[in-house]
Amino acid sequence: MTKKTRIGWFTFTCCEDSTIMFAELLNIHYKDWLPKIEFVHARVFRKEPKGDIQPMDIAFVEGAIMSDAQEVKLKKIRAQAKILVAVGSCAVTGSPSNARNFFNQENINEIKDILEKFKYKEKVLKLADVVKVDEVVPGCPMNEQIFLAVVNKYLNASR
Amino acid sequence: MHQGNFNLDISLEEISKIEGAASLDIKIRNNKIEDLKFAIAEWKRFYTQAIKNKPVMAIPQLVSRICGTCSNAHLLTNIQAIENALNITPSEQTVVLRKLLYYALIIRDHALHDYVFSLPDVFKKGSILDFDENDPIQHELLHDTFEVKEVGNQLAILTGGRSVHAPMPTINGFLKLPKIEDLKKLLPTLQIIRPKVIKLIEIFAQAPFDYTLKAPVIDVALVSKDFSFLDGIIKTSDGQTIEKKDFRQYLDRVVIPYSHAKGYTFKGKLMAVGALPRLNLGKEYLHPKTKESTAQYLKLFPSKNFYLNNIAQAIEIIHAIDHSTEIIENLKEIKNETLQRPTIVESVGVGVIEAPRGTLYHKLEIGANGLIKRGEIIVPTGQNQIVIEKGIFELVDRMLEKGQPTKDEIINEVENFIRAFDPCMSCASHFLKVNWQ
Repeated sequence: MTKKTRIGWFTFTCCEDSTIMFAELLNIHYKDWLPKIEFVHARVFRKEPKGDIQPMDIAFVEGAIMSDAQEVKLKKIRAQAKILVAVGSCAVTGSPSNARNFFNQENINEIKDILEKFKYKEKVLKLADVVKVDEVVPGCPMNEQIFLAVVNKYLNASR
Repeated sequence: MHQGNFNLDISLEEISKIEGAASLDIKIRNNKIEDLKFAIAEWKRFYTQAIKNKPVMAIPQLVSRICGTCSNAHLLTNIQAIENALNITPSEQTVVLRKLLYYALIIRDHALHDYVFSLPDVFKKGSILDFDENDPIQHELLHDTFEVKEVGNQLAILTGGRSVHAPMPTINGFLKLPKIEDLKKLLPTLQIIRPKVIKLIEIFAQAPFDYTLKAPVIDVALVSKDFSFLDGIIKTSDGQTIEKKDFRQYLDRVVIPYSHAKGYTFKGKLMAVGALPRLNLGKEYLHPKTKESTAQYLKLFPSKNFYLNNIAQAIEIIHAIDHSTEIIENLKEIKNETLQRPTIVESVGVGVIEAPRGTLYHKLEIGANGLIKRGEIIVPTGQNQIVIEKGIFELVDRMLEKGQPTKDEIINEVENFIRAFDPCMSCASHFLKVNWQ
């Protein structure tokens, strides 16, 4: 039996639109993909395995980085993934989750207490600000065709 | 009743198979719950601030980004608020096409919740993806999952341009209209998925879960004569009737110190919104065919058993199929209506619809220059957050009365309960309090 490609799907701060796009793409691709894929991490589909981040062939990561804890987790994902794919606009560019990076002082003052209380990072970061990103799937939500091209490239390459 | 002292600490950083991130901490000492915190763990993106001073025409697409899951609910509520502010009455055709776009959301979003999130609990599986292809029932359900979702997906693509952040709906109409022949082609697929969803209702009805709350809870829902989710009047289970524009004054904001998002009560009382309250308050307005096919299950409502939210959502999928079918069958033509650019005046508008997870409220204050002065958005999960925590408390308390549950037993039961509620954390964490002067 051919070895399955080990996939992780991770979400940081965003609206999870790319997760939904992925869930809709599964509607027509699941028969082809499921025999080839092992979902090692995918909180939307299953309980996370106990313990730390597991080794993966490909980690798909959506969302922007808002906290130190998120930054640490992203670095762990990077360390365990052969390929890291930034998925969707917030992961690729930071926007629109990084709106507060561009707030004027009046708006900053309104949210200051929350930023301090929950220890938000001073600026919202895109993934490439924190780790090396191998592939990007831009779009808000992610561009379906670019995503399919990335999936096909690595699913076929790793088999 | 178990003997001796029983102590347990449970800390769930991220609950699986829900929309977004929520956390739960439970401290049990001497067989009693000493502390229990259900918190929304999503980091805020401050959309309420981000929309300030932005042009009104750009706001619907921006606030749609609050939530990918129910983006088209935010989109249509925001458009409704702007049209309310600017005194715009959309055409009959626009109203009908918005209903179709919305039913597409109900089909695919409820199907995602019922099949992908909740159904594995019934079969004691970790994931729908673990369903056994060699077991005929599980094999069929796995395939039904994707087939049902796909019909909703296709209806959304045709009417709105995309399932997520639909690009075509706008103020006073659509940027691009669907072709009538494409909509007609969807009719057979709607009929193919209908019996699959009826089967899903039967499975949930046979499941042994009962999450009936002892605490008094007020159901709240926007009720319309055609159960269209987009219009009507707000009703409550204690007999109140509230105009959309007055809804806000009944909601009391509650600061939850350990949660990134705020909760709400209904004038200080526990409240619940979503499919279960909608059926409790408005089941007589479901499509006649839906009522006929689901009659034996509709008898279950009204109910305070929150597990029935799964069945309520599946019944709403049937209603969405039946009403969409009727609308498409009756469509004679889709007229090429020219979009009129709205006249901007200084104004305030309110939009209220029933999002998949409950009543969604948008309020916008527009300046004479066409820029947003202020906005307020209250999402369903904010209104449900306190009752969810209360429900978890009652559930764990009951388990402790019966014996000494293991950590995993408590976690599984609590996660099952939270999933039945179908909370959406992405929605809940977008905002910050707004003080209206």
